[in-house]
Amino acid sequence: MDTQTLIYLFVGATFALYIGIAIWSRAGSTSEYYVASKGVHPIANGMATGADWMSAASFISMAGIISFTGYDGSVYLMGWTGGYVLLAMCLAPYLRKFGKFTVPEFVGERYYSQTARVVAVICVIFISFTYVAGQMRGVGIVFSRYLQVDINIGVIIGMAIVFFYAVLGGMKGITYTQVAQYCVMIFAYMVPAIYISLLITGNPIPQLGFGSAVSGTDTYVLDALNGLGAELGFSQYTDGSKSTIDVFFITMALMVGTAGLPHVIVRFFTTPTVRDARKSAGYALLFIAILYTTAPAVAAFARTNLLTSIPNVSYENIPEWFETWETAGLVAWQDKNNDGVVQYSPGAPFAGAPNFAGEGEYGQRLVTNEPTANGNELYVDRDIMVLANPEIADLPGWVVALIAAGGLAAALSTAAGLLLVISTSVSHDLLKSNMMPNITEKKELLAARVAAGVAILIAGIFGIYPPAFVAQVVAFAFGLAAASFFPVIVMGIFSKKMNKEGAIAGMVVGLTFTFSYIVFFKFISPEMDNAAYWWFGVSPEGIGTLGMIFNFIAAVAVASFTKAPPEHIQHLIEDIRVPRGAGGAVAH
Amino acid sequence: MSLSKEEAARSYWRENLRFMLILLVIWFSVSFGAGILFVDFLDQFRFFGFPLGFWFAQQGSIYAFVVLIFVYVWKMNRLDRKYDVHEE
Repeated sequence: MDTQTLIYLFVGATFALYIGIAIWSRAGSTSEYYVASKGVHPIANGMATGADWMSAASFISMAGIISFTGYDGSVYLMGWTGGYVLLAMCLAPYLRKFGKFTVPEFVGERYYSQTARVVAVICVIFISFTYVAGQMRGVGIVFSRYLQVDINIGVIIGMAIVFFYAVLGGMKGITYTQVAQYCVMIFAYMVPAIYISLLITGNPIPQLGFGSAVSGTDTYVLDALNGLGAELGFSQYTDGSKSTIDVFFITMALMVGTAGLPHVIVRFFTTPTVRDARKSAGYALLFIAILYTTAPAVAAFARTNLLTSIPNVSYENIPEWFETWETAGLVAWQDKNNDGVVQYSPGAPFAGAPNFAGEGEYGQRLVTNEPTANGNELYVDRDIMVLANPEIADLPGWVVALIAAGGLAAALSTAAGLLLVISTSVSHDLLKSNMMPNITEKKELLAARVAAGVAILIAGIFGIYPPAFVAQVVAFAFGLAAASFFPVIVMGIFSKKMNKEGAIAGMVVGLTFTFSYIVFFKFISPEMDNAAYWWFGVSPEGIGTLGMIFNFIAAVAVASFTKAPPEHIQHLIEDIRVPRGAGGAVAH
Repeated sequence: MSLSKEEAARSYWRENLRFMLILLVIWFSVSFGAGILFVDFLDQFRFFGFPLGFWFAQQGSIYAFVVLIFVYVWKMNRLDRKYDVHEE
């Protein structure tokens, strides 16, 4: 069977599986729809959380980012895993004990304020839409690369699938499809990783191969990489180029932001007990760590391969995979000095993505972009580090098909989790608690489904007409989660003195500060977006950490001269601190 | 246990906090400490084919995070039983 048929087969089979699960697990009540009746086993929940968390970016782009930034890429590795430690110890068990459906619900009840709840809902919707736009686009891109359909048609197919299982199954449907998606995704990631590790180091375990010698030599992979890079003028792979303070702040913002992301937190509302909530945080991180410890190894192997097979090779002798991905527009060569040989050195060869026109004398696709002044002739899209791996390692067609199915699983699972959070916030936190408190359960469930449907449509439109700022706004999602939810929830659990006034002041200060800093550097004065102008040398990606600190300071200051929370809130806090008594979903 | 219910709840919470703090110190040391603040110092040591600081930043800290959560789960289950606040 040829690769194309295999891809259709794999993608079709996984889609049929997701739809089958959706039909089997369709939700009949709001409790099932919002939190899967709090009946999800911790291992299943760990897998679902892993799939929920690992997006198209983790699956396709992360290894590539690390590959091109070396040590600096560590901010994503530590930042996107370390948050689970905070989740497990500071948030998950207590929020599970609280026993309701949404994050804004906790904020509203703990701070006895509808205002706080509405502020929280707005944050949830903003953060989730920011995030989901990228996922729908990711679905479209995977479709267009592997199935030769238009990106927009890919987005529409993705929307239809998510619509089916999110609207029908709610949290219950999403949970079990995510379990399946995790399995598809991790298998798809590991198979090529193991092969390429074997190919380069002879060790089948990528995490160990990462620290081994290159096959047939005594040189360790990382030393070889540093040496190869140095010859071409790149900085050392194992050293970074970011300042220590920036690395520190970005890592912290990503960790705290992870712990404050509503679609992650809500997964811990679905376990039967507090004990299971703790445990499932452990399983979630374990399942995530499998991919996250493999990614830097893949990054190093792919870069070694790139640096040994491409630079200073004449185009006539270029490996076949180079030509395949040149056709897809992910690599390009602009022969600046007309010598027929690919020169690779630091700096962009030309501005932006390549525009092609016609064929050159060596059979290369001619790039029409205005060349830059440096000597670099090679354009490489970071996504290629994962996408091209199967070909580089000469793997059979079914592995390529697996990667396509895995990339789709990663994007769909994250999109579904985010869409559910949006629909829940609308039906439960806005409609039920604010606008129509007398709504029946049946109607609330219908409202949740309608909201999910509308959210999918909006997300799809974002996917088809991606706003130019999508790449910039990822910093928003994490920065805002770090500066708003994390401090408010943590203080709500660990401080009995924290009151409504303090929490609202903290959220407003943290949000306003973070929001204005990012907007200023990313949109108003992008030309000033460099270390010379940043506060304390902290980039917009890391500013959420400072926003969080300001949130804490403002909250404590305001709470110290306003009146303490009422007695029933003090009891509520005492109650959520002990596990006993966490029942099933509370009807209300 | 002869403690009153409130006293028991208080010391359960105190022990929980103390234990959480210890784990968070380790969490901070393996990532922000070994992987970021002291990375250049640690990079002079080798760990298999890795500079040690680099290993912490891209591998070691993540392994440590997983272990930390499972240690927390195990200790908290014991603590819950000790103060009789565990779920049936």
